[in-house]
Amino acid sequence: MHTLYTWVFEPGFFSNAPVHAAALIGGVVAVVSAVVGVFTVMRGQSFGGHALSDVSAAGGSGALLIGLNPLLGFVGLGIVGGGVMDMIGVRRVRGRDLATGIVLGAAIGLSALFLYLDTTSGATTGATQQILFGSIFTIPSGTIWFVAIFSVISLASIAAGWRPLLLSTVSTDIAAARGVPVRLVGLLYMLALAVSVGLSSLAVGAVLSTALLIGPAAAALRLTTRLGWTLAVACLVGVGATWLGILLAYDSYYWGSGHRGLPVSFFIVAVVFITYLLSGLPAARASRRGAAPPGLRSEKRGTSDERRGKAAPSGAPEASGKTERAGDTACSRVS
Amino acid sequence: MNQASDGAVAPEILDVSGVSVSLSGRQILDQVSFTVSAGQFTGLIGPNGAGKTTLLRVILGLQRPTEGKVTIQGQPRSHRDQSIGYVPQKVLLDPDMPLRARDLVALGLDGHRFGIRLRSKERGQAVREMLHAVDADRFADARVGNLSGGEQQRVLIAHALISRPKLLLLDEPLANLDIRSGQEIISLLARIAGEQQIAVLLSAHEMNPLLPVMDRVVYLAGGRAASGPTEEVVRAEVLSSLYGHHVDVLHVHGRVLVVAGPAPGQGADLTPDHAVEAG
Repeated sequence: MHTLYTWVFEPGFFSNAPVHAAALIGGVVAVVSAVVGVFTVMRGQSFGGHALSDVSAAGGSGALLIGLNPLLGFVGLGIVGGGVMDMIGVRRVRGRDLATGIVLGAAIGLSALFLYLDTTSGATTGATQQILFGSIFTIPSGTIWFVAIFSVISLASIAAGWRPLLLSTVSTDIAAARGVPVRLVGLLYMLALAVSVGLSSLAVGAVLSTALLIGPAAAALRLTTRLGWTLAVACLVGVGATWLGILLAYDSYYWGSGHRGLPVSFFIVAVVFITYLLSGLPAARASRRGAAPPGLRSEKRGTSDERRGKAAPSGAPEASGKTERAGDTACSRVS
Repeated sequence: MNQASDGAVAPEILDVSGVSVSLSGRQILDQVSFTVSAGQFTGLIGPNGAGKTTLLRVILGLQRPTEGKVTIQGQPRSHRDQSIGYVPQKVLLDPDMPLRARDLVALGLDGHRFGIRLRSKERGQAVREMLHAVDADRFADARVGNLSGGEQQRVLIAHALISRPKLLLLDEPLANLDIRSGQEIISLLARIAGEQQIAVLLSAHEMNPLLPVMDRVVYLAGGRAASGPTEEVVRAEVLSSLYGHHVDVLHVHGRVLVVAGPAPGQGADLTPDHAVEAG
């Protein structure tokens, strides 16, 4: 029993200060990402969230360059990027794709420049690793206060705009006719998204932050029918994946004889991805069951299952594709 | 066909007077005027591109008219009031969205308010009653995205009606429905208009499904409108002057067909382009 315990939790896991800080910050960030992520997936703005993570990367690497806390850069430039995307035309679906692509391209270009300057100036040689793939075990202690403030801002924006946000997600036309300031609500959501992406860039790195944003939300949307439950499950998946990732990364130091800890971001994203894959099982089983006894279910039910089956890939591959890619990057870097 | 005999007694809800709209130099609406009274079912009929959606957007206050004005119960439309219920054209409800029919109807009560809502007994009761009124009890707990077109229409109508508006606007609600669901929606709307004394203004490019319930018609063609009781408006003289060329109004087995007659410089053939209202 004891050996099993020490096998799961390698020595010192619960007394290790960086582990405490990582679990705390990671947990908070996972909750914010999950809540904002549910709206991101429902609004079909996963691509926008991804673009903001690239803007975040430019902000983080720029902040390092001028000696600021990277989190301020992640969030600060993220908010600017979100504003620019809204200005170029996030509201129209076609305009949205275009705006997102343009902002994304510019941001990656800036990151390339800043990261080059960061690493060649000598002071911060680990900048690329830190910005792009995260460093949750080495977050400076003062950062926790910024994390707290930004989390409150992000969650408060979502809470303040809750009903109008939901209504305009259902139909912009209905919301506008009801007198909802659709533009303002969209900006409020964009603010929450930018801040949340900045926070997850701190936890798992800018490149992987979309995984933490989209993955738990997408899994929760597959498993639940009510928004309250969706949010709860998304938070659970996000926090669970983050903590399990931290544990695995800590343990990985003791795997083999190399004594080389593997990157925590890889484990977090891997757990999110696997959870997302598993979340498809109940729905798949239900639709198989639904198809088996003909006549037991009404015709209506059959068509709706069919539609769900058809609709699932539309939201899903975007998230899974991203996670997969993110996982690959981490893997190849490790080996 | 209902006679609008009680139209004079019922209070006037909507007054559209002399509304013109030009969008990027193109005249969409030209001096459109009509009124709608409580309890009346009015069809906004016209071919595609006649300006029906633009007119509805003007009434909703989403499109500013270049000329003319719209008053609702004698007041200019302000965003704050909830006196208009609206069911837009083509609402795409995502099957992945975790929103039950019940939740969408509840958003009709307070979806425009900021902040988080607290659960209350009265709200739940109001939502249940509304779902019952549109015969949607059966699928109250189903995801809206998984419902059929007709069922979604019912839920959207319940969403629009729960704030007790005086005027209900529906933009092409029959466009994506099969004939039977369409008839069910129409008779539901006619019943609600009568029971709750709501003015219903429904746009459609096809008037025949509406003939049994329509009290009045606003016929829109080429940006201009003629309005009144159906049998007064849907006549060859009136519609010919709207279209600017001769059209015939044919009555075939209780259905009305509007077909283009010989126009100056054009052949008298009845190609689909000329049959402005068929079926």
